[in-house]
Amino acid sequence: MGVFYHFGKYLILLRNSIRRPERTKMYVKRLFREMNEVGVKSLGIVALIAVFLGMVTTLQTAYQLIVAWIPVTVIGEIVTETSILELSPTITCLVLAGRVGSAMASELGTMRVKEQIDALEVMGVNPASYLVFPKILATVIVIPMLVVIAMALMISSGAFIGNNSGIVPINDFLQGAQSIFKEKVFIFSLQKAYTYAFVISSISCYQGYYTQGGATGVGKASTRAVVWSCVIILFADYILAQLLL
Amino acid sequence: MIELKNLQKSFGDLSILKGVDAVFETGKVNMIIGASGSGKTVTIKCMVGLIEPSAGDVLYDGRSVLELGLRDKKKLRQEIGMLFQSAALFDSMTVEENVAFPLRMFTKQPESEVLDRVNFCLKRVGLENRNKLMPSEISGGMQKRVGIARAISMDIKYLFCDEPNSGLDPKTALKIDHLIEEITDEFNITTVVNTHDMNSVFEVGDKVVFLYNGKKLWEGTPDDILNTEVEELKDLIFASRFIRRAYGV
Repeated sequence: MGVFYHFGKYLILLRNSIRRPERTKMYVKRLFREMNEVGVKSLGIVALIAVFLGMVTTLQTAYQLIVAWIPVTVIGEIVTETSILELSPTITCLVLAGRVGSAMASELGTMRVKEQIDALEVMGVNPASYLVFPKILATVIVIPMLVVIAMALMISSGAFIGNNSGIVPINDFLQGAQSIFKEKVFIFSLQKAYTYAFVISSISCYQGYYTQGGATGVGKASTRAVVWSCVIILFADYILAQLLL
Repeated sequence: MIELKNLQKSFGDLSILKGVDAVFETGKVNMIIGASGSGKTVTIKCMVGLIEPSAGDVLYDGRSVLELGLRDKKKLRQEIGMLFQSAALFDSMTVEENVAFPLRMFTKQPESEVLDRVNFCLKRVGLENRNKLMPSEISGGMQKRVGIARAISMDIKYLFCDEPNSGLDPKTALKIDHLIEEITDEFNITTVVNTHDMNSVFEVGDKVVFLYNGKKLWEGTPDDILNTEVEELKDLIFASRFIRRAYGV
């Protein structure tokens, strides 16, 4: 019963958020602000994680695979395939669920408890479309870009550390990477990124928008946003792999 | 003029408003008073459309909110200004952006006219040259004044104030009360103030409606209120030792 109630409420929020805006210019301004919040401000953490994941994946793959009869190009193949297919979209989005999701839920939650959402409603502004839609759209535009950046950084950092530690020369690494690269896999990874971006933003906005009960409520909404986003991302990861691969 | 006709609101089995009838006249500061939990906030939220009443109607100059279509409702909302208990300023915007928000959202005025209107409203509430400050950089009383400036930035006909004095010292509270009274006279609007501050009632109230357990138990002027025979209202008025001593009760 509780699950259906929340799912119904979530769908109503999504429906209300796609209603025609009162003044498009104001919404566009808000969209750019959200793209900056979600994208530019997440770049640092995404880059940091991608670089370290790329390096660790290379070292661990080499540790498991270095035997005389396996060509070293295989390390490049594995690191590239793993980075594109799983690590970049899933790990990046799990991290962003923590950073972006909690920020969205706490911003909307604070607006709710401080009556700012009520103020918008009294003015005649549709708060769902003014507050929620730009967040969802910005996230769906920006997160796939972050995922592509993460892919590039993971592969390059993997190649760099492989070369510097003497495990695999950079040319062999890149040869492996080029030989394994498939457009289909890249597109699948982007499909994952779009799905996760929608999951993170819509769930976090839902949790924040319906916050109840002051500062404690904001904290709870923020926690629920992160937990549910992560759970749904992992679930969607499995479903997408089953359906699309 | 705003009329409430048999306004009722229940949350599940819990009945909050049990049929409230009242008339709030134009150009007057109408006070809704009552103890905490008496239904004041629910009444005001039903009036501005934040809560759907379970039964009854609200009429704005004869226009029933039940009969208004979506477009007319939106139009009506642009005639309504509201000062919230917490001022409800948008944290991410400056004072100027907060006041300009309704103008930028609903009018097609050029930016220069928007800024002129913002400056006029801020000057009217005594906050000229504070345009670029963030809400977190100004005091609670100033935030309330910015809230009033935002409410009057559009050509409103109705002003609602939910506990405008909460969290303010008596002197600042008095300033806010007088500002509300002056704006009501100057713009000839219908003002409804929700309060349990008896100082406000005696200072600026033109008409008082007393709610008790979701029912209207009394209405009249602040001058009549001291002679009331309604025990529940007496309990509210003379709750403080200071007022009992002042009026020799």
